[in-house]
Amino acid sequence: MQLQYELREGQLTARVFGELGHPEAIELMARLGRMIEDHLPARMALDFSGLEFMDSSGIAVVLQTARKCAACGCRFWVEGAPAQAKKVLAAAGIHRLTEIR
Amino acid sequence: MKKGEKRNEMTLRFVSRSANEAFARTAAAAFIAQMDPTVEQIYDIKTAVSEAVTNAIVHGYRDTLGTVTMTVRLYEPGLAEIVIRDKGCGIEDVHKAREPMFTTGGAERSGMGFTIMESFMDGLTVRSRPGKGTTVILRKLLDVKKQA
Ligand SMILES: Nc1ncnc2c1ncn2[C@@H]1O[C@H](COP(=O)(O)OP(=O)(O)O)[C@@H](O)[C@H]1O
Ligand SMILES: [Mg+2]
Repeated sequence: MQLQYELREGQLTARVFGELGHPEAIELMARLGRMIEDHLPARMALDFSGLEFMDSSGIAVVLQTARKCAACGCRFWVEGAPAQAKKVLAAAGIHRLTEIR
Repeated sequence: MKKGEKRNEMTLRFVSRSANEAFARTAAAAFIAQMDPTVEQIYDIKTAVSEAVTNAIVHGYRDTLGTVTMTVRLYEPGLAEIVIRDKGCGIEDVHKAREPMFTTGGAERSGMGFTIMESFMDGLTVRSRPGKGTTVILRKLLDVKKQA
C-alpha cells in the first residue's frame, strides 16, 4: 500500500495505491488521522482509484476518516473506487453514511 | 449445494502473521483460476478469504501466534469450497458475531467481515468453540452461465 497526498485550496486529497487489508488499514488510519489534524482541511477526498484490492479493513478506514472529518467540520467523500472496492463498500451500506463519488 | 466429482484439492498451513493475509488470498485465487471463473468471481473469493484469514489472525490469535490452515477443494462442474481453520480463542456467540457491525476489535475494525463473506459467497458455515478455535467454510458456485 502506498499513499500520496495533495493539499490545494483547503482540499486534502489522499490517494491510496495497492492492496488494502488489515495491516495496511492500521497504518493508513494513523497517517490520515495525522494529516487531518496537521492541515485541518475544509474538504477531504479519499481517492481509491489506485486500489488493487480492499476488504472490510478498508471500511474501517473510511468510517474512521469520516468521523475525524466530521469532528473538525470538514466535508468528506470517497472517489474513484474500482469495481471490487465499490462492491465491498456497497455490501456494507457505506453509501448511506458517506458520499461515494 | 450439490457437489460433483472432486477435481482438485490443496492445503496451506501458515503462521498467524499479518503478512500472510495477502499471501493466503492470492494463493486461493491462483488455485481456483483453473476452474476458469469470471474476474468478479475471483475477486469475490479473494475478498471472502481475506476476511476469514484476517479474522483467524487478528481475533483468533489476538495476543499470540498460532497456525492457520486453509484447504481449497474444487468440484465438478463448478464449485469451490474453502475451509479456513484456527485453533485460537474461538467465538462465544457465533450468531451475534455474524451480525453486521458487531466487532470486538474496536475502531480498528468495521464488524462487516461476516456480512461480506455472506454476501460475496453462495454458502457460509461457521463452527466455533471458545478456547478451541474456529472453522469457516466458504462455498462459491462457478458454473453460473457467463455473459458473452
Ligand atoms: N476466527 C475467529 N476467532 C475468534 N473470534 C472471531 C473469529 N472470527 C470472527 N470473530 C469474532 O467475530 C467478530 C466479527 O467478525 P467480523 O464480522 O469479521 O468483523 P471484524 O473483523 O471487523 O471485527 C470479531 O470482532 C470477533 O469478535
Ligand atoms: Mg473480520
